[in-house]
Amino acid sequence: MTLPALGWQGLVVLATFGISLLIATYCTYAERVIAAFLQDRVGPDRAGPFGLLQPLADAVKLFTKEEFFPAGANRALFVFGPCLAMITALMSSAVIPFGGFLQFGDTQIHLQGIEINVGMLYVFGIVSLGVYGIMIGGWASNNKFSLLGAIRAASQNISYELAMGLALIAVLMMSGTLSLREITLQQTHVGGGWHLSDIFTWNVFKQPLGFVIFIVCAFAETNRTPFDLPECETELIGGYHTEYSSMKMGLYLFAEYVNVFVATAVMSVLYFGGFNYPFQYEFLDFLTNKTSLSADWAHNIFVLMGVVAMFAKIFTGIFFFMWVRWTLPRFRYDQLMRLGWTILIPLAIFNILLTGGLITFGVIQ
Amino acid sequence: MSPLFLFLSFVALLSALGVVLAKNPVHSVLFLILTFFTLSGHYLLLNAQFLAAVNIIVYAGAIMVLFLFVIMFLNLNEETEPHKPALAKFAAAIAGGSLLLILVAALRNVSPAGYDPANFDSQIGMVDKLGMVLFRDYALPFELASILLLAAMVGSVMLGKRETGERNF
Repeated sequence: MTLPALGWQGLVVLATFGISLLIATYCTYAERVIAAFLQDRVGPDRAGPFGLLQPLADAVKLFTKEEFFPAGANRALFVFGPCLAMITALMSSAVIPFGGFLQFGDTQIHLQGIEINVGMLYVFGIVSLGVYGIMIGGWASNNKFSLLGAIRAASQNISYELAMGLALIAVLMMSGTLSLREITLQQTHVGGGWHLSDIFTWNVFKQPLGFVIFIVCAFAETNRTPFDLPECETELIGGYHTEYSSMKMGLYLFAEYVNVFVATAVMSVLYFGGFNYPFQYEFLDFLTNKTSLSADWAHNIFVLMGVVAMFAKIFTGIFFFMWVRWTLPRFRYDQLMRLGWTILIPLAIFNILLTGGLITFGVIQ
Repeated sequence: MSPLFLFLSFVALLSALGVVLAKNPVHSVLFLILTFFTLSGHYLLLNAQFLAAVNIIVYAGAIMVLFLFVIMFLNLNEETEPHKPALAKFAAAIAGGSLLLILVAALRNVSPAGYDPANFDSQIGMVDKLGMVLFRDYALPFELASILLLAAMVGSVMLGKRETGERNF
């Protein structure tokens, strides 16, 4: 790879970073609007048209609030905790393929930060580090409620990572690769055939059980309701961020939304065909042969439509996360553990056996 | 030696020293996590991406979380740290020093074996190659190791299990 190409990839990484932050910002707005909609209220509508400037107002509020350090806190780690939560949340979006490649003459720009052949393991590794931000912050606060929240976060994440990894193994058995780009490209028909089958090549139809396990684990890993036990306010005041104020608190909230964004993006790639969309090759054929566009531009428009499809899937996923948050009540802690260890893990192992059997007898490939 | 290698080695040694020298056990754990990261960086330099990712997932992501978990529960800190007698410190210094001496003496005259650039396969660390070697050439040791882990897991569950009639806190 030549240096100019690397430069372009650097820009793509920066754009991914910016988009993650922007989406996290507007998730705070979307969360309140969706909550208001589900509870038949008006929601934020004062700052700007439809309250669209609300995230800015929130940011100003958070930045100007008092910086508070609890007595006896470990100051360095108290600051380090939210930073770590944010860093680990932002790192994982680098390997997610948001689209194919754009073609400008000889230059190809892949709409993916970096393509590594262990992309899935990379995401998994970074996600498993995410719990450190919560643990360190909760411990450094020198508060027993924060510590309880941190310990809950640690045991919850470890328990659900296992089931999540086992659910992923079934997908990897079918795809035979760990690269997220390869997994996306496998979920489509090349060429003609029955058009609607474009959708039925998505992994969610081949791995329905694995998908259910994965989405439950994704809720637990991102600490979203009904699994937000680490910040369960009825028992622990605010959980791990009880002692946090100002923008340090903001970073924790932000990291949660970035995690939701990454979780839904990974879910779109693994189970919903990523940047593939129905009738895409007919669309490409139409652009190339029926319009006066050059071959490059026909391809680029086809790819950009894929990016739109990818983000449509991501936003649907984020909406689903918020919908669940305002619908389901929180689990009790023993219920959470029982669900993880005695239901999800055996189910995931059964799913692996089932997938292995179906592959052996040639039902699926 | 590339600057990246030197930098990683420097950070690895520094954080490994931090693990031993830090007074606070939580700081020690965090230094150990940093050490694992630099080791993963070394794996990446060797083009062993799978090993690097698994090192992060298993060691930094799971085992060290449990370490931190236990240390937070025990609430170890500088005030409660037991002070060892001077004799024990002296003995520990002598034992550690002689181990270092033996290591240095053993490795002093070793020259790196090197590799044959003509036959070297740069893809050897990739996950598919590794899987082939592991499940074809070393299938029996691999399965034995998994049985060993299973036995350890069953044993720890047995130890942690409550007897009938024991109270549930």
